[in-house]
Amino acid sequence: MTDALVLDHLDVAYHARGRDRAVLRDVSFRIGEGEAYGLVGESGCGKSTAALAAVRYLPRNGSVTGGRIAIAGEDVTTLGRDALRRLRARTVSMVYQDPGKALNPTLRVGRQIAEIFELAGASAGDARARASGMLKRVRISDPARVMQRYAHELSGGMQQRVAIAMALAKDPALLILDEPTTGLDATVEAEVLDLIAELRREFRTSILFISHNLAVVAKMCDRVGVLYAGMLVEEGPTQALFRDPRHPYTVALLRCLPRAGEHKGQNRLDTIPGSLPLPGAIITGCPFAERCALADDCCRRELPALIDLAGRFSRCHYHTRAGELPRQTPAEVRSLAHRTAPEPVLRIDNLNKTFRSRDHNLRAVADLSLTIEVGETLGLVGESGSGKTTFAKLLLGLLPPDAGGSISFDARTLPPLLDERTDEEVKAMQIVFQNPDSALNRAHSIRHVIGRALKQLAGLSGEALKARLRDLIRSVKLSERHLSAKPRQLSGGLKQRVAIARAFAGEPRLVVCDEPTSALDVSVQAAILNLLADLQAEKQVSYVFISHDLGVVRYLADKIAVLYLGRIMELGSSGRVFSGPHHPYTEALLSAVPKLDGASRARIKLEGEIPSASNPPSGCVFHTRCPRKLGPICETQEPPLAEAEPGHALRCHIPLANLAKLQGISMHQHSETVVLPTRHGRP
Amino acid sequence: MLDFGDKGALWNRPAGRSFDFGWQVFRTGESSIAAFILRRVALSLVTLVLLSLMVFFGGQVLPGNVGRAILGPFAEESAVQALNHSLGLDRPYLVQYWDWISNFVQGDMGTSYVFRSPVAPFVLDALVNSLKLAAVAFIIVVPIGILGGVVAALNVNRPLDRIISLSGLTATVLPEFVTGIVLILIFGIWLKWLPIAAAWPEGAGFWVQLYHLILPSMPLFLVLFGYIARMARAGMIEALESDYTRTAVLKGLPWHTVIRRHVLRNALTPTITVIATQAGYLIGGLVVVETLFRYQGIGSLIFTAARGKDFPVLEAGILIIGIVFATATLIADITYSLLNPRIRLGAER
Repeated sequence: MTDALVLDHLDVAYHARGRDRAVLRDVSFRIGEGEAYGLVGESGCGKSTAALAAVRYLPRNGSVTGGRIAIAGEDVTTLGRDALRRLRARTVSMVYQDPGKALNPTLRVGRQIAEIFELAGASAGDARARASGMLKRVRISDPARVMQRYAHELSGGMQQRVAIAMALAKDPALLILDEPTTGLDATVEAEVLDLIAELRREFRTSILFISHNLAVVAKMCDRVGVLYAGMLVEEGPTQALFRDPRHPYTVALLRCLPRAGEHKGQNRLDTIPGSLPLPGAIITGCPFAERCALADDCCRRELPALIDLAGRFSRCHYHTRAGELPRQTPAEVRSLAHRTAPEPVLRIDNLNKTFRSRDHNLRAVADLSLTIEVGETLGLVGESGSGKTTFAKLLLGLLPPDAGGSISFDARTLPPLLDERTDEEVKAMQIVFQNPDSALNRAHSIRHVIGRALKQLAGLSGEALKARLRDLIRSVKLSERHLSAKPRQLSGGLKQRVAIARAFAGEPRLVVCDEPTSALDVSVQAAILNLLADLQAEKQVSYVFISHDLGVVRYLADKIAVLYLGRIMELGSSGRVFSGPHHPYTEALLSAVPKLDGASRARIKLEGEIPSASNPPSGCVFHTRCPRKLGPICETQEPPLAEAEPGHALRCHIPLANLAKLQGISMHQHSETVVLPTRHGRP
Repeated sequence: MLDFGDKGALWNRPAGRSFDFGWQVFRTGESSIAAFILRRVALSLVTLVLLSLMVFFGGQVLPGNVGRAILGPFAEESAVQALNHSLGLDRPYLVQYWDWISNFVQGDMGTSYVFRSPVAPFVLDALVNSLKLAAVAFIIVVPIGILGGVVAALNVNRPLDRIISLSGLTATVLPEFVTGIVLILIFGIWLKWLPIAAAWPEGAGFWVQLYHLILPSMPLFLVLFGYIARMARAGMIEALESDYTRTAVLKGLPWHTVIRRHVLRNALTPTITVIATQAGYLIGGLVVVETLFRYQGIGSLIFTAARGKDFPVLEAGILIIGIVFATATLIADITYSLLNPRIRLGAER
């Protein structure tokens, strides 16, 4: 039996600015037949480089500078051109992020799959038949139709199925998956992961699974390797490694993730100070020593070997003490006197937005009503197309809402469009974007970017501006030396701090955070979440926090609104929404999130694709996919968003008590407030 | 003011113009590609009407009295006025314009002031000549330019790429009259391989005409080669670095299949669009070459007409070039939409 993949003391370097810069250093691991091996680590640690080196598709300036790679016993590094091509044609496949780009935009899907069989010697007709069969195997119900499509006509989940079908068409010995579900919606991600797990059993393929998402790896893999600065710092069986990590880096990574039930009101997340060594940095001791609270002189002097710990490995001198790693950020929350305000900061009544075009209307936001209290965070949850971003744009006055609804801010009605709002009103509501790269002008220094915001929003100038600038910089935990830098000289996390400072320049009352951490690594994400929580405690600012990451939303939000096709399906306090009973859609969303303990729970599967908002289903818009559909009433009558218990409203025909029973939740958990649900359909 | 300061562009997905176009078609669910073409045709017509207005009024206010220009400095003022009257030049401008444009549309381009005969045959003969010259230049430059770009991209940053890119750039920036004179000197006078005058003997056959057109087309080749090669090179590099090319390579397909099936079409779609647009430019840009090689094309016709204040010829010539240009651009857009299924199928939905 040969191993599917062996990396043997592999060194890879990129040639940049006149010299070779090491990106992988002495990496060794093996993947046995039928095994799934996960490679985790933050961006820049060399995960993808390892995958690309294995299929010998390094960028032009990259090269293997030492060591050996073998796929199914063949040494990849020394193969000739034709032998390499044969290896790729028969033995190894790769699936990567963003399936929309991985498929050729000008060839029909069927053609792209069929050519793999043609390459293996099948006739054109035979190849088409087998391509169709392959699509069936990735659970595509109508292969003939999908074969005729171009990639852009398929949804992201379908595109990734097609990419997986292409990868498995050659029945490879090794399948490399590089962030295969990053960028997909939670329920789609769960489907694709389930599919991969099933196909793995069917095809008995070995898998190299690369992901930044520890929980996804925990769900999918038998063994895990943790990469840091191009070195394997820890390796072991998945369960053991995540339960009892033996390297401080692994420990720190796990602590950055908000655990279930953790909330900003109780504690702060731990963070990893400092940043990853740059590619090509000369590392004498342990690569993590600079950022490790356990490190001593020995760690800085001497690179630890990969120590064998009976079936697992750790590259740490003090692996037995890894679990005792002191916290880098104090857990306690500086509690400030909570000023209670009688009026909510924001009250939205019956907000609607319809995009009209010649032959159809798209109702992006429908009958949306909610309030946000002073100092409160509203978490906005839902899959793409649910209307989250449209809602944010309506709030900010970037889009005109339909007539009839109203937005009031501090008990005063807010004009719908930005141009009609007063300076005070504009100042009071600001936004932090997902991608700080495109949100900051690269030509300007940080001083200029924040200074301009202070001038425009706070009306400051001269000494007052300078003083306020220093305060602001300190409050987002940047230092003065960052002021003269240009955005490109800062890391993603620092750039996001700049964006936050800019939003806070005018002392806003409400800040819309649109996926502010989804482009960031977990350690940076933890720091930004802490920062947002601290700023809120200090300034009593309110947030509308949009995120697809339910763990993050749970940590930061006080109140949750779950959106589906522009409608609020569930609205309630964070605790209520997460503990249940849930709306069936929320239930599905929650069950789609992989858990770090790798425990596989019964997942609530959603049938089919999200319907188009321009042609929403009749009755309850969720009935076409609802696993708990009652019957005809769901198809004909749209349930109102009704309060099922104090502070918890659902848009569902099923009474709360029945939902609780269906979901196995005992209602007396919060019996003190249970009011028997009374529910009526619309008159 | 809300300060997105530096315009955070979260909502604005980066999109090129053509993509925008397609998206619009896709979004509004336009019923067919016919609607798309119809809209583009309408747009072209608007452009042409504006052009004709500019040409006509620009022509009228060009300094100079037409009657005086024709009759010479010693003619009686009354004779000049009589001539202007008989030519209809004393009527209001709008009436003159309407008269002119409605006749033009029916194929009557007016009467030349200088030759006292209908304009249409002049202009159309010249147009045919120019099209012949442009066609020869095009047939040579398009395949060679694309090939040059593809070869450069496949050898990116190697000496071959450097040679192609640099020589293309050099040739592009050299004006046609410089390259033209050098070429005449080398091939026409020293080597005596090719005739230096583009005009062929009366009644010459296809091959003789072609033989005469090779040298005049060379300066045009040199101008366009660098441009086309650079476009093709950029498109190729982008396609070669794309994820779908990686997918194709990792399928284990032979390199030539990857290039032929997966790379070329995606790489050359924008280039082909640009080439079609260049066809319009080429017709308009022939003045220098036609003058240099004493060739009776539309460029040299316009040049002569402008000097002789022969407005009917001048206006008709410019408008004809405008029509050619607009048609070329229209063809470019349609070609692009046909080559790009993102647009095509979006439109079919």
